Amino acid sequence: MQTPVRRLDRVVIRFAGDSGDGMQLTGDRFTSETAQLGNDIATLPNFPAEIRAPAGTLPGVSSFQLHFSAVDALTPGDAPDVLVAMNPAALRANLADLRRGAAIIVDTDEFTGRQLTKVGYRANPLEDGSLDGYEVHPVALTTLTLGALAETGVSKRDAARARNMFALGLLSWIYARPFASTLRFLERKFATRPELAAANVTAFRAGWNYGETTEDFTVRYEVAPAPMPPGRYRNITGNAALALGLVAAGVRSELPVFLGAYPITPASDILHELSKHKRFGVTTMQAEDEIAAVGAALGASYGGALGVTTTSGPGVALKGETISLAVALELPLVVIDVQRAGPSTGMPTKTEQADLDMALFGRHGEAPLAVIAPATPADCFAAAIEAARIALTYRTPVILLSDNYVANGSEPWLLPDVSRLPDLRVSFAREPNGPDGRFLPYLRDPQTLARPWAVPGTPGLAHRIGGLEKADGTGDISYDPANHDLMVRTRAARIASIPVPDVEVEDPDPDTRVLVLGWGSTYGPVTAACRALRRRGHAVAQAHLRHLNPLPANLGDVLARYDRVVVPEMNLGQLARVLRARYLVDVVSHTKVEGSPFTTGELENAFERVIGDA
Amino acid sequence: MMPEVALSLTARDFRSDQEVRWCPGCGDYAILAAVQGFLPELGIPRENIVFISGIGCSSRFPYYLDTYGMHSIHGRAPAIATGLCVSRPDLSVWVVTGDGDALSIGGNHLIHALRRNVNLKILMFNNRIYGLTKGQYSPTSELGKTTKSTPVGSPDTPFNPLSLALGAEASFVARTLDADRQHLQSVLRAAAAHRGSAFVEIYQNCNIFNDGAFAPLKDPDVRDDHLIRLTHGGPIRFGTDGRFCVTHPPGGFGLAVRPTAQVPPGEIVVHDESVTDPAYAFALSRLSGSDLRTTPVGVFRAVDRPCYDDTVRAQVAHATPTGPGDPTRMLTDLLDSGDTWTIG
Repeated sequence: MQTPVRRLDRVVIRFAGDSGDGMQLTGDRFTSETAQLGNDIATLPNFPAEIRAPAGTLPGVSSFQLHFSAVDALTPGDAPDVLVAMNPAALRANLADLRRGAAIIVDTDEFTGRQLTKVGYRANPLEDGSLDGYEVHPVALTTLTLGALAETGVSKRDAARARNMFALGLLSWIYARPFASTLRFLERKFATRPELAAANVTAFRAGWNYGETTEDFTVRYEVAPAPMPPGRYRNITGNAALALGLVAAGVRSELPVFLGAYPITPASDILHELSKHKRFGVTTMQAEDEIAAVGAALGASYGGALGVTTTSGPGVALKGETISLAVALELPLVVIDVQRAGPSTGMPTKTEQADLDMALFGRHGEAPLAVIAPATPADCFAAAIEAARIALTYRTPVILLSDNYVANGSEPWLLPDVSRLPDLRVSFAREPNGPDGRFLPYLRDPQTLARPWAVPGTPGLAHRIGGLEKADGTGDISYDPANHDLMVRTRAARIASIPVPDVEVEDPDPDTRVLVLGWGSTYGPVTAACRALRRRGHAVAQAHLRHLNPLPANLGDVLARYDRVVVPEMNLGQLARVLRARYLVDVVSHTKVEGSPFTTGELENAFERVIGDA
Repeated sequence: MMPEVALSLTARDFRSDQEVRWCPGCGDYAILAAVQGFLPELGIPRENIVFISGIGCSSRFPYYLDTYGMHSIHGRAPAIATGLCVSRPDLSVWVVTGDGDALSIGGNHLIHALRRNVNLKILMFNNRIYGLTKGQYSPTSELGKTTKSTPVGSPDTPFNPLSLALGAEASFVARTLDADRQHLQSVLRAAAAHRGSAFVEIYQNCNIFNDGAFAPLKDPDVRDDHLIRLTHGGPIRFGTDGRFCVTHPPGGFGLAVRPTAQVPPGEIVVHDESVTDPAYAFALSRLSGSDLRTTPVGVFRAVDRPCYDDTVRAQVAHATPTGPGDPTRMLTDLLDSGDTWTIG
């Protein structure tokens, strides 16, 4: 009998299990299948910092949330419609997030004495009525997987590990996903162990067939493709997009890219990805520490490469002195900070936007530099190119503030036409620029205030630079008070006068009194909340900052146009403080520091309160 | 690779227009003169030579040389130089540092540059004191040394810099003296000829805060009895008429100094800088401690092993398509990889 199909606009699924259960992989594959159907997507992986917390415990739960939609999926979704819980810990850790009536698919084999008591269940929640408000689908995932693989000859252990593929097969059936790419993926992943590839494929098919034959699932669902601009797409995480953006910056600048990095969560994936792209002339160096990583990048920039260093907050703190040197040397340098919850080690796998103060002000002396922040995972590609453009054009360090949310989240990315990416080519100094054939390393371009980039090896331009204050023009050591004042002001002016695009305001209603101004990764939930408010008849304007320093030239005018400006941030109001100081506008700071992104619902409520008060 | 051209440069060509501002009588002047006198020998155009320094008196060095130069930050010169070295094989890159810069704040970068064997020449001026900050004890100051920050004596056991470098398996390790220009230049020559990291410790007198620190090695009346001049392939003998020698002590691990008269000629150690096992050079480095009683100078070790920067560049070269690759095409293909799909 054909199972009836119901059409939905959007679905939010969360796969949850033990850290070793392969939930990230399961989520990735479901995402990939879904993307190929043309749904819009947003994802949110969530995993513990511990590689293997004790099995079956609450701290060991790893999850992957996916929102797929027939319209814009701006966020990974507030409350899952479906939870796949591989064990009691996964159920316990995630239940509170579900909307009432959500579907819960559980592996009943795991809901036994020890596994239940380990997470504090006195009674089996599948039997004690505590899940009555939900649509529970008990599936003996382990038993069914072992049964399906009984004849394949793989060990019981390997067979049990394939139960995530059984679950994926079942979900793929329920939501009618195309699975050819998953089967190809499994063949590739287990290329050296064909018996495991076959076992995982069998488990996947068994899960699919289980959906078809069991009477537990009476409905299949379809989510129509989202209207998206025509073109080639791929699903991409923020970290991968940053890495590809840096490769592209190398291609478009015709410079070798040099990445100095020290492993740190959640930035390491950029190092991993870039280390695969040596054929583009990309060099990656895993340095002995954060300081060496930025030092080597600066050394490479000095030699004429595009020097890049990638890290997270604690690493930026360590790099501070070298970044200040780069400010003094006026050399290009891209510093990528994938922010995580701090201070100190904080919560390394959780998100936060609390490094803005450090990026803007966290150096000794007057040490201004450019700061930009990508809005979404796919936007990381363009943001990396923009960071490189500013660094190369204005000979300055640029801090790019990503965060764990955009870094590990993913969305469909419309592949750009490479030949239309910004032209980042630079001209190195080749000839003396001063009187009598002298070379003046600090004689500036009147337009950009950038100094010449004269790389070692250029005849006739040998010169010395360093951290000591330099005389204007000659670059010689100078303790002259007036010169220092001039140099400090010139360095500030050089950054302040970098032209950045005006901030755009989305304001469909002529009588709007409230503006929401976000920055960085809050773009998705802020946009979703504003749209929801407008659907409910509220007037609200939205603007989003990508450039944090310098700020767009029109920002003051934009702020002045509204009675109230709300600034949502995942910190204690760092941008709000800058805006108040700079524009004397009493912005309303709405903040959250829970290690997780804003939900659309909570922002909707917060903005609605401001609209009501305005 | 490095341009090699017939050049007729002189020491004068390597003098920058900056006024040299070390204290009168500082050992750094002698080192600067020796380096300026030596650089023409390299046969490398001035623009292909780069000096990178950290912070400290010695680290002003780059300002006084008419080459490319960077006066960077405290302790980090080896890291910055590594990035330059990896990306620019056509440059001769020298690091100038001091005992505080290299061994205290920059200890980590030093050992990692050495173990990677980056093609850098590291000149460490060791005066056993902090000069620029006016007289605190350094990581090479003697135990018990009285300084501004240790009024009742230093409680720190000093580093033996060469032992440290050898512990990091430095492929080239040497020691020389500021005042002995000929010896200093011979060591620079050997360091420049070495492919890989060259670590050169230069005993340098700070006449303001630690004057006479190396007097036993400089005083013509006594120095021959303290200074062990290493010559590759030669037996290690020193003192007036070679009255002392270096030998393997029976039942011991390292090397020992004995009166030559008491040692059968066949048991005198013949210096071999090419011994692969760093244990030999390490044993040599242990002959001198803070007291300078028996101090070898010269090249302790010079062995071939792969350079980090060469290996890294080879990996990039190996991955790079031969022939005219079209970067735009390659990038388009890279972006359009993995699970992609088309809309409309």
